[in-house]
Amino acid sequence: MIKFDQVNKRYPGGYQALKNVSFEIAAGEMVFLTGHSGAGKSTLLKLIAAIERPNLGSVLVNHQNVGVLKNRALPFLRRNLGIIFQDHKLLFDRNVFDNVMLPLQICGFDYRESHKRARAALDKVGLLKREKSNPIALSGGEQQRLCIARAIVNRPSIMLADEPTGNLDTEYAHEIMAIFKSFHQVGVTLLISTHDESVLQYAGGRALVLKHGELQP
Amino acid sequence: MRHALDQNVGVLRRMFASKLSGIFNILVIGIALSLPAGMYVLLQNAQGLVTRFSGTPQISLFMSMDAKAADVDKVRKQLEQLPAIERVEFVPRAQALEQLKQSSGLADVIGSLNQNPLPDAFIVYPKPSQAAALDGLRGDLAKLPGVESAQLDSAWAYKLEALLKFGRILVLILASLLSLALVAITFNTIRLQILTQREEIEVSKLIGATNGFIRRPFLYFGTIQGLLGGITAWLIISISLLLLNHQLAALAQLYASQFALHPMSLGDSLTLLLFSMYLGWLGAWLSVARHLSQIEPR
Repeated sequence: MIKFDQVNKRYPGGYQALKNVSFEIAAGEMVFLTGHSGAGKSTLLKLIAAIERPNLGSVLVNHQNVGVLKNRALPFLRRNLGIIFQDHKLLFDRNVFDNVMLPLQICGFDYRESHKRARAALDKVGLLKREKSNPIALSGGEQQRLCIARAIVNRPSIMLADEPTGNLDTEYAHEIMAIFKSFHQVGVTLLISTHDESVLQYAGGRALVLKHGELQP
Repeated sequence: MRHALDQNVGVLRRMFASKLSGIFNILVIGIALSLPAGMYVLLQNAQGLVTRFSGTPQISLFMSMDAKAADVDKVRKQLEQLPAIERVEFVPRAQALEQLKQSSGLADVIGSLNQNPLPDAFIVYPKPSQAAALDGLRGDLAKLPGVESAQLDSAWAYKLEALLKFGRILVLILASLLSLALVAITFNTIRLQILTQREEIEVSKLIGATNGFIRRPFLYFGTIQGLLGGITAWLIISISLLLLNHQLAALAQLYASQFALHPMSLGDSLTLLLFSMYLGWLGAWLSVARHLSQIEPR
């Protein structure tokens, strides 16, 4: 499903974020990405969504080399990915429901179907009662769950989560992990970056460990 | 379809949310468009006058005041023999006076004259093939015995026509410049819109929006703003003409004649609206092409 082969990423200015990273994630797997901050976790996730491009090596997603994908093709790659951003990237000029509607509008779902799906996604993360609120009125954990609802609403086969439990206390973090586990159970491929050991112990599963841009054996 | 509409209506509503600046934009566009378009309407009216009077050029041949009926007959026979002339119309002096009374609105003045100041006249219609030699023909006719003077009637119309050509070029220059201004206004408005919606654009790109999807509402916005500007221009022109005509009617009454400015024709109105829409779209398109590519998610 996801395959990195000798991937190097150097940012303009010379900072080497990833060095010779190679790994493979099979379809339906739930994999954690850990390491100190600045180890290259976010960069690795950005390479999968082609938000950044590798300088060397290839990044394959569904057998497609996304590193060389034309800009025109990017939207269609990203529609297949559910991305949960570290900084949420919620839109505060509209309510919770409309935030979840955005991916459906982008994909051009019809009106009735998209309403149904948005409700289902909100229900899944337990925010159905808050659908009319502005995201700014939500707590950190709720904002994180809203971000998850937006990522799953068009039912992607791959989910990428960048520090989804970053600044949540343990109880909230486990709640979020429980949601991810339920996606894992229905066959979604997950790649979750975290520096939180307790989350790892709670959720189980394979872990890729990054250290200064290199994958630890 | 309903969904696409829903989406765009939502975006457009947010864009039009800043009402006051939107209204000012539309006003500026309307005023900028109404200048050349209004001048064009005035030119059209003047053009109407010219074509009304200059259909085929005629030569007016005025007999001297002391010409006798025999002289007139002689001239008429000579005229009828000239190959360059298609037909001749004789206007006796009494009839000419009557016509003048009716057409010019100077009835009172003419009524107070104690003698007819007008001479007998011929209106000579040259053959169309003679167009180039009209001036020579006029000279020849002026030399006929008993003829006081010969006038090329359409000369003033040609002069006016030349003046109108000048006016048309002026309108063209003005229209080009102000169209550019309109494109620039839209360009800038859309730039600001893009900046204020930067976050939404970024997020949309991250979750798989195509450039077309992101571009569309801005293009709609530019086009609608252009259309509203065009409607404003149309209203400015129509109301101005209405006011002018109101005043003209009073003036025309003083001269006992009927003259009114024609409003914009349906075709011209549609052209104005379509053109303003097109310019709005163009400004938006240029702006979007320039600024959207600068917003790449990081």
